Amino acid sequence: MTILAAGTVAPAFSLHSTPDQSVALKEFRGHNVILAFYPADWSPVCSDQLALYNELLDEFARLNAQLLAISVDGVWSHAALARERQYQFPLLSDFEPKGEVARAYGIYDAEHGVAGRALFMLDGDGVIRWSHLLPMGLNPGAAGIVNALEALPANNIQKTLGAPATDAWEA
Amino acid sequence: MIRDDSALAVPVSAHDHIQGNPHAVVTLVEYGDFQCPDCAMAYPLVKRLQHRYAGNLRLVFRHFPLSQAHPCAQLAAELAEAAAIQGQFWAMHDWLHEHQDEWAADGRTGLEAGVRALRLDEHALAATLRNPDLASHVRRDFMGGVRSGVNGTPNFYVNGYLYQGDFNALTHAIGRVIARQP
Repeated sequence: MTILAAGTVAPAFSLHSTPDQSVALKEFRGHNVILAFYPADWSPVCSDQLALYNELLDEFARLNAQLLAISVDGVWSHAALARERQYQFPLLSDFEPKGEVARAYGIYDAEHGVAGRALFMLDGDGVIRWSHLLPMGLNPGAAGIVNALEALPANNIQKTLGAPATDAWEA
Repeated sequence: MIRDDSALAVPVSAHDHIQGNPHAVVTLVEYGDFQCPDCAMAYPLVKRLQHRYAGNLRLVFRHFPLSQAHPCAQLAAELAEAAAIQGQFWAMHDWLHEHQDEWAADGRTGLEAGVRALRLDEHALAATLRNPDLASHVRRDFMGGVRSGVNGTPNFYVNGYLYQGDFNALTHAIGRVIARQP
């Protein structure tokens, strides 16, 4: 199984975000999309990749990007986690068939029965522009996503993410 | 282990809070969140490092508040920056870590205890806290950390590269850098 590479059309999917709501990838056409696959809910908050992304939603929005996080956990685990950590983005449940979407993206870890920790950045046409799979246990942070988003020609970014250039930034 | 893929994106400069020998062979940058329990746990370990390698280690602290998860982290960071203007950054940094259990539960009220403990000028402090530059400073630290690959708190950079692993191994990694010096 190989992670889908840049240039590939992102496989369509529709996954439950809550017990009675689904989210379909195609809803976000015209926007960049960050897909963050991760193995399991409930990692400790101080080293939680999703808690970090939760702090960056304004930055992602400025880069016209929607974050969707996906694991094989069920919707009730997702709901409890989102409530506790105050996540303001959808957690999608790749639960049934288990890991089907993770497989479609080439990152299902069959040995452990979870999605691998992988990031994809899709452009507004639904094409993968950047992808990255991490070894188990490594938290990727957000630098890769931010760099990939800024590199999109449509975003026309001059590295001003976060604040106007200041003395400290230029230090 | 040292993460070669995660280099410090913002070099240490005179704008930073630096403690220890300015010419030390090892620069340890900590990205921290004052309300994070892991940071409170790391605090005495960092102090031990500073004692053990005194003269060879300088510590730099930068803000990385996870505000959604830790509602008082941003305010605590701004308070430390306000204290800095009164020359008390490190004193406030220490107080926040040492008393985290007490103030984290009480939010603003809890933080006021720190202001009193350090005998800061409260009127000057209140005025400083209204200045949006404080929030900007904290946000700049945060975004610089994001660009550097910070993935949680505390995150430690040894001479410009992210270190991940336990504290014993960090101590030894720093020891090796020092030992290699001519």
